[in-house]
Amino acid sequence: MTEGEEQLAGFRSTFSGATARFAAPQAAIIRSLVGQIAELVGGDEGTGAGTGAGTGAGTGTGTGAGTGTGAGAGTGTGVGTGTGADAALQPGSPDDLVARLGLSRSTELPDDPVLARLLPDAYRDDPAASGEFRKYTEQDLRSGKVAAAMTVLETLPPSGGRVRLSESQAQAWLRALNDVRLALSVRLGVTDDFDAQVEEIDADDPRSAYVWVYQWLAFLQDSLVEALS
Amino acid sequence: MSVAPAEVQRPQVRQDPAVDTPWITIVWNDPVNLMTYVTYVFQTVFGYAKPKAEKLMLDVHHKGKAVVSSGAREAMEHDVEVLHGYGLWATVSHDS
Repeated sequence: MTEGEEQLAGFRSTFSGATARFAAPQAAIIRSLVGQIAELVGGDEGTGAGTGAGTGAGTGTGTGAGTGTGAGAGTGTGVGTGTGADAALQPGSPDDLVARLGLSRSTELPDDPVLARLLPDAYRDDPAASGEFRKYTEQDLRSGKVAAAMTVLETLPPSGGRVRLSESQAQAWLRALNDVRLALSVRLGVTDDFDAQVEEIDADDPRSAYVWVYQWLAFLQDSLVEALS
Repeated sequence: MSVAPAEVQRPQVRQDPAVDTPWITIVWNDPVNLMTYVTYVFQTVFGYAKPKAEKLMLDVHHKGKAVVSSGAREAMEHDVEVLHGYGLWATVSHDS
């Protein structure tokens, strides 16, 4: 395979995990989107994760050309919320203690539909039980998603090139790519008949760039599952 | 699968969902999660063999939902938490 062919081939398996080659714009798009998920999900978590993700997202958006900019607009609200929460979180404050105990301050489904999909209720028709579950688990769920995003940002160079993943790193990639696809699907309003939806979106519709990225990420995630199977 | 992820250090032998126990974990269909990925998650999280994982995935896809595990409430909540980590839409129910 030539380098160009390999960049379109997705992941393939290795003895210890999976490998793929990314062109710089591909790497920029993934880093931007994954960084935005980390910012959005890590918003309530404290300063460490937020700062790291911010760097990753910034680099990605800068080199991501048209698609990167469009993606940035999609989760703008979430990123803003995250920064505000970080600033309010002072060491020694009750919120800090809550975070250290691994408890969430929230017992309700997030207002942001993307966050609501990434951090769903655990009980379908029992808000009290869902709230109690959220109180004890949401912080860990958020941390896990941020950690997966960080693994992607740490293993995917901003300039692209060869990525070699261990099995546990590949698992993190799967989860991070899935979170990005879930977030994009909410912004795109993806339904069961996505193919019909796609046909209705004109080429000059700003959503068309998302559609392309959404489908490409599905292909990439699928190739990674295959590589690990 | 030869290597389990670090977070899923749990016994690979589990109660079959068909056994009548009071709490269940349900995975709901959604238009986003890939069929191959959902199958992979069931294999990885529950240690199910591929045919069983695929059957559960197809139940989710065609019937809208599937019971993927059953047992004590705490165990089901743990399963749901892990499945949420993978981005699957999972809930706990009392099996009435």
